[in-house]
Amino acid sequence: MEHKIRVLVAKPGLDGHDRGAKVVARALRDAGMEVVYTGLHQTAEMIVEAAIQEDVDVIGLSLLSGAHMTLFIDVADLLKKKNIDDVIVVGGGIIPEEDVPKLKKAGIAGVFGPGTPCDDIVDFIKKNVKR
Amino acid sequence: MKDISSKVIEGDPRAIARLITLAENNDPSAANAMKEIHPYTGRAHVIGITGVMGSGKSTLFSELTRVFRKKGKKVGIIAIDPTSPFSGGALLGDRIRMMELAMDEGVFIRSLGTRGMLGGLASSVYDVVEIFDASGKDIIFVETVGVGQAEVDVIKIADTILVIIVPGLGDSIQTLKAGIMEIADIYVVNKADRDGVEQTVAEIQSLVDITCSDKNRKTPILQTVANDKKGIVELVNEIENYKKLLEKTKKLDAHRRQRYEAELIEIIRKRLMNFIFDESKFKDKVESLINQISRKEVDPYTAAEEILGKILK
Repeated sequence: MEHKIRVLVAKPGLDGHDRGAKVVARALRDAGMEVVYTGLHQTAEMIVEAAIQEDVDVIGLSLLSGAHMTLFIDVADLLKKKNIDDVIVVGGGIIPEEDVPKLKKAGIAGVFGPGTPCDDIVDFIKKNVKR
Repeated sequence: MKDISSKVIEGDPRAIARLITLAENNDPSAANAMKEIHPYTGRAHVIGITGVMGSGKSTLFSELTRVFRKKGKKVGIIAIDPTSPFSGGALLGDRIRMMELAMDEGVFIRSLGTRGMLGGLASSVYDVVEIFDASGKDIIFVETVGVGQAEVDVIKIADTILVIIVPGLGDSIQTLKAGIMEIADIYVVNKADRDGVEQTVAEIQSLVDITCSDKNRKTPILQTVANDKKGIVELVNEIENYKKLLEKTKKLDAHRRQRYEAELIEIIRKRLMNFIFDESKFKDKVESLINQISRKEVDPYTAAEEILGKILK
């Protein structure tokens, strides 16, 4: 049987703007994925713990507060610390161009700014999942 | 390298999570592990929670979980949401109200899509109950999808069923209908701070009074306000009393037998459907029969007999 792609969509940190996360969650659902939506104000620990229990292939982070350099990287680091190497992390939100290479170097597989077509995110995930 | 089943029995979260995924995807390797963990099952108290959409099921069992954790019980939560019949995808949103619990090592939450199963459950739910049970969970909550009146399959899996009702949903005729109002072991009127709670309780009470299936026990009706943590401790006491009653009257054994029957049917159903619709040699035949039915060259009964005849040969 085929493996159904499971994605955790989470909002780390303190901003309360979750429309983008919900739009992406809906698009992934419509692409046939199972999306676990965890809501606002998550810590890296909560996100990684949920990702383990839900056995997801992808963690999708959305953040508009500007704290992505800390919070996205915290999640990637925690996964490394726990030797979880079959989960990819992608992020979206208000992210300046110059931060993108740094995020990718820190282990964020894909970064999607405002205006990204949902299909691009779907395609990226389908191409890059590790299982 | 230890195998996945012994890690599950030790309670390793990543092994538990992975075996659930394998079982959900009908991966052949899951069957072996499921066989190996079975001797370690049978200890957990399985509590089904069902009720209409928005009745506060997730919030209620988050609060119940907190109370059971204070008593030192390990808790597994199975939260089921509907799979889209169009895309096959699902939006599983029950964790939102439970994220604090996820940091507690004694709590394991897993969200499942129904993946084509009707009746309010997910097709892998029997496997997940077995996996949680073998991994040492004392309490397993099964939260059904938000139900209408007929999604009652939870009776096949749970030892104890809580039916959640909120004030102001319907008149007394609604409560007389068959379906979810028949299956409760405990009624919970949640959001009991709302208007109309007295009437709702009175209507359920009159339903309980004219039910004569069990002469020794009247189904209790409890009131809760899960958001304010009101009535939760009382509900936990009621659940524990009911568990004792189940054990004393041997009804627990009957429930378990019913669950194994349903699980057996589900395993056979999945394998059979898989065989007919996914195996390469059969799929073409099935497709061409469907085309023939569409063109009115053959009727559905004859087509079904032809497929079954090939299997039973």
